[in-house]
Amino acid sequence: MEKMARVTTALGGNTLSGRTMFCHLDAPANAISVCRDAAQVVVAGRNIFKIYSIEEEQFVEKLNLRVGRKPSLNFSCADVVWHQMDENLLATAATNGVVVTWNLGKPSRNKQDQLFTEHKRTVNKVCFHPTEVYMLLSGSQDGYMKCFDLRKKDSVSTFSGQSESVRDVQFSIRDYFTFAATFENGNVQLWDIRRPDRYERMFTAHNGPVFCCDWHLEDRGWLATGGRDKMVKVWDMNTTRAKEIYCVQTIASVARVKWRPECKHHIATCSMMVDHNIYVWDVRRPFIPSAMFEEHKDVTTGIVWRHLHDPYFLLSGSKDSTLYQHIFKDASQPIDRANPEGLCYSLYGDLAFAAKESLISSDSNRKPYIGDRRHPIFFKRKLDPTEQFEYISSSSALSVFETDVESGSMDWFVHTAKQYALAGRPLAELCDHNAKVAKGLDRNQVAQTWTMLRIIYSSLGTVSSANLNHSMGKGSAALPLMNSFNLKDIPSGLGSESRLDRSKGESRTENILMDSSSTLINNEDNEETEGSDVPADYLLGDVEADEDDLYMMDHENPHAEEQEYSLPQEAFPLRHEIVDNPSALDHLQDKADSPHVSGNEAETVSLTPVESFSLISISHSLYENRLPSDFFSPIVRDTLLFYAEQGDVQTAVSVLIVLGERIRKEIDEQTQEHWYTSYIDLLQRFQLWNISNEVIKLSTCRAINCLNQASTTLHVNCSNCKRPMSNRGWICDRCRQCASMCAVCHHVVKGLFVWCQGCSHGGHLQHIMKWLETSSHCPAGCGHLCEYT
Amino acid sequence: MLVAGSPCPLEEHRGCGTRRGGQETGIKVPRELAKGPSAFIPLAEIPREGAESGLRQLLIEAFVSAGRVDHVAMVMGLHPQYLSSFWKTQYLLLRMDGPLPYHKRHYIAIMAAARHQCSYLVRLHMGEFLQVGGSPAWLQGLHCAPQKLRNLNEINKLLAHRPWLVTKEHIEALLKPGEDSWSLAELVQALVLLTHYHSLASFVFGCGIKPEGDQDGGNGCWAPSPHSDSSPGSEDSMGGSGGRDAMQEVEMLMERMKLLQENQQEEEGVTQEEMETRFELEKTESLLVPPSDILDPSLQSHVRCFVEDPEFGYKDFTRRGEQAPPTFHAQDYTWEDHGFSLINRLYPDVGQLLDEKFQVVYNLTYNTIAMHCGVDTSMLRRAIWNYVHCVFGIRYDDYDYGEVNQLLERNLKIYIKTVACYPEKTTKQIYTQFWRHFKHSEKVHINLLLLEARMQAALLYALRAVTRYMT
Repeated sequence: MEKMARVTTALGGNTLSGRTMFCHLDAPANAISVCRDAAQVVVAGRNIFKIYSIEEEQFVEKLNLRVGRKPSLNFSCADVVWHQMDENLLATAATNGVVVTWNLGKPSRNKQDQLFTEHKRTVNKVCFHPTEVYMLLSGSQDGYMKCFDLRKKDSVSTFSGQSESVRDVQFSIRDYFTFAATFENGNVQLWDIRRPDRYERMFTAHNGPVFCCDWHLEDRGWLATGGRDKMVKVWDMNTTRAKEIYCVQTIASVARVKWRPECKHHIATCSMMVDHNIYVWDVRRPFIPSAMFEEHKDVTTGIVWRHLHDPYFLLSGSKDSTLYQHIFKDASQPIDRANPEGLCYSLYGDLAFAAKESLISSDSNRKPYIGDRRHPIFFKRKLDPTEQFEYISSSSALSVFETDVESGSMDWFVHTAKQYALAGRPLAELCDHNAKVAKGLDRNQVAQTWTMLRIIYSSLGTVSSANLNHSMGKGSAALPLMNSFNLKDIPSGLGSESRLDRSKGESRTENILMDSSSTLINNEDNEETEGSDVPADYLLGDVEADEDDLYMMDHENPHAEEQEYSLPQEAFPLRHEIVDNPSALDHLQDKADSPHVSGNEAETVSLTPVESFSLISISHSLYENRLPSDFFSPIVRDTLLFYAEQGDVQTAVSVLIVLGERIRKEIDEQTQEHWYTSYIDLLQRFQLWNISNEVIKLSTCRAINCLNQASTTLHVNCSNCKRPMSNRGWICDRCRQCASMCAVCHHVVKGLFVWCQGCSHGGHLQHIMKWLETSSHCPAGCGHLCEYT
Repeated sequence: MLVAGSPCPLEEHRGCGTRRGGQETGIKVPRELAKGPSAFIPLAEIPREGAESGLRQLLIEAFVSAGRVDHVAMVMGLHPQYLSSFWKTQYLLLRMDGPLPYHKRHYIAIMAAARHQCSYLVRLHMGEFLQVGGSPAWLQGLHCAPQKLRNLNEINKLLAHRPWLVTKEHIEALLKPGEDSWSLAELVQALVLLTHYHSLASFVFGCGIKPEGDQDGGNGCWAPSPHSDSSPGSEDSMGGSGGRDAMQEVEMLMERMKLLQENQQEEEGVTQEEMETRFELEKTESLLVPPSDILDPSLQSHVRCFVEDPEFGYKDFTRRGEQAPPTFHAQDYTWEDHGFSLINRLYPDVGQLLDEKFQVVYNLTYNTIAMHCGVDTSMLRRAIWNYVHCVFGIRYDDYDYGEVNQLLERNLKIYIKTVACYPEKTTKQIYTQFWRHFKHSEKVHINLLLLEARMQAALLYALRAVTRYMT
């Protein structure tokens, strides 16, 4: 308490001073109100009704208004208000529906003045007219608002909201006759005090009850409302339609709002439940409160600024039976603890980074953003010179780093997404097609992956060689033939990909398989020392029939015939000669130890690729057909993981879809789901809706599949009565009329309805299309020149 | 097949799965003992398939999502507006995303229903429990369920019979970190489930819902109450040709409502003390309930096993002088302000639906009373609602409890208190004895008010305890 600041402010001769302090009440408070001179505060609750004077160091109890022995519900206050014109006048709203006024000038102990028992239900709010001494307004749970003239015994006028309970009523400060009322059903009504028959204006402000409202103290057209939907909204009432100009999202339902005096954009709020703090928001910065008071240990029920013209003192009462005076100097400022940095990637690889200005050293290279996409750009938020408050001190700098145009281009992604075939054809065709697509976009690695997948998965017996566009000659039919394909110039970062390549040596023995990547890197080194200009390179010999046990193959279905496979030409233009290797067996021993020793020209199938990559050959003997494709699953899985890791989730997902069941169980569900969501997200950011939908449809993940089933309802309103149509989309239950008639055939449209946005006539899609072939005018005869796109 | 055979709103479906179809193919189908879903309400009163399209749509929806239209839904179908809201809530509670796994939700439903010995709901959810993959071992009794669920027993007991005893210590005990501890979100779902099924049990007994056809032993196992269908007079009074008394009853009620409405202002003379006394009087009044003889222990064994401390029941508030729990002032913890805010925070969506459900039932009216039309029944509904809250110790400061006595005749009060506090003791007799000239749909309406008021009361106590725990 010692370190707390002491504040003194001068207000036109009146001096306010004090510190953060509190006092214990005997019971929970429901509401507080302050006297005009800012020296006294009244606290009201179910079991308390007292006046305290605010001294320099402490609160001093001045008067207990609960007198008499027997408890009366008339003392059980839901709300209390102190008149701002007459410091002897108070009014309370009782939970039993009674409105009581109190005159402190009475000589007797009992200060109770008048009793109005007109409301049938709890009165939620009472409000004095800001300038008129005798005018009191009340709003009750029974849905009525009543205006009392304190000189009379009964209410002068009753206003019926025609909707649910009234939660708050507030006289406007600008207009003498206007008051605002908020309702449990989310509406706000504006009334003219002279016209009790009908409200002037009504609008829906919140979803669920509107608990409170407050007129702005200076900028008088503004009304702030707080609701159960955890929002504080500021409405501009100057226009004919109430316009929402600010909205603050809080973390709990808003119980009270109070504009901060002398600060145009500041507003204090407290919540109804769970959250006990009081926040002061700058409505222009709705994400983080500009100040926060954390003293209370139970919900705050009443807040009031101590003086109409002093922004530094705030009083609050709470369910924890304490009354506090908060000093702004002692407020905690969440902004100090916040991390004012933000980072975001754009679709095209640009990176935006915002941080506190002080953190970013001024850099001479930095230029203001002028649209040049090559350089980092830089924004600075100018401080508003009119900003007078010490709390808005942060300005931040935004830097945007752009990738250069070529590498940042994502065209390949879009093209690939559009052209890939994912289903509807045999696996081999899909793979071929996709390999071709990838090839066409110069993505050779991906193209190869597809090709390899085709070989791995569709070489199992059934694929007839005729389909496959073999390029290999059958030099000698008796000999096992080999298939070759290539991979060279593997960027070092992509090394693990090489595990894909099936060399004979790898497939023969387990331990070599394990070492394959290192082996292959050796290979690469080897080649490079030989000179990488030489296209041919590296060969893996063929397989002997009697070595099949090394393959751990299924002996039950031996293929009697030899089959040959080669890469399809369209994906892999090869121009090479095949050199048969009649003595492959001799070299097998060598190769088993170290595959690259087998680089013997005489035995090689030499493949000469068009581009600058070279080949690593794989031979497909007849026995390889019998390799269960499961055997390759770990490798395919690694490939997919590799692509995903590289950021090419597109390839991973596409392969996943194309291979379907063959690979699905190899990759855990969560990873799959993650890939799918990333890919779908990307597709949607590129607005490739159709493709993203196709992906969703084809996915086998339950979580992804059901994305399509969410929010599939289309709500339509009847064109006649403007009400929602609940049962069917074409006939209105209320007005019993068909809502959507076809302008051409005059029948009800039950399916696709297309209409012109200019004249809103329309009809069956087919009919309208036919009509527009012959005429450009509206079929309804309204004379509009319809345009359909 | 029997499930499909029970009234199904889809024409084509009914064709292939009706009871008749079953008999034709030679499969034995238990005969229905008596027609209709309720033992109290004649079948003719229940809306049939051809009903309004709105209701039909609703039942189809229910059928499609749950695989059956149970008797509860059929009786609630008398008030389609409410049924849709009720259905949405129950669907969310049982079948949509939530913190608790599905089988535990059904087990909690069983525990709750067992507290009121409601074998209908217990059987229904035993089936559902197995269907969602619950372990059959648990169904042998509470002692076979995991400790975590058994820990819920205490609060289940209190909420069912004396919700005012729920304190923040109970919440604390459940949430205390440990092996079998609950998370706050789980607990809130469990609390909503418990209160939902306690009050649904009230509805089941209050409307005399009969067991579903497929519940084993269901057909015919409904213990006939001493005054069953054959009882003379009951049919008469319902049939519309009721005696003079019944007619007079209605007229008197109308008269009183009019009087009360006109004399609102003149009530001022009543002192606060008097109001207090009136509330206490209603609260402590112990209404005589006919001794129940339905409780056949052998029949209830499958229900009993889910109950510990079966003797614990509703207890009338103590008379003046004795230590009584402090009155719960409705204004200090309302559903609209506090309950909703809390529940929406801990178990989103359900708050919205419950709010909607409470509003629908509170505002549901057809502006009719018995044979009169164009009547503002808001007073009557409020009296019933507040009376239910009153018997659970919740007081509205702004309500004159004298009205309850004026508007609710003694028989009705007996019925309401029985159904709300010890529903298992409901008999057909007390159902027929009150409001003898009223329509069955109106009696179901009362039951709906009762169900929701009771649920809200228990929920308010539970949520208040949670709030106190959190602060």
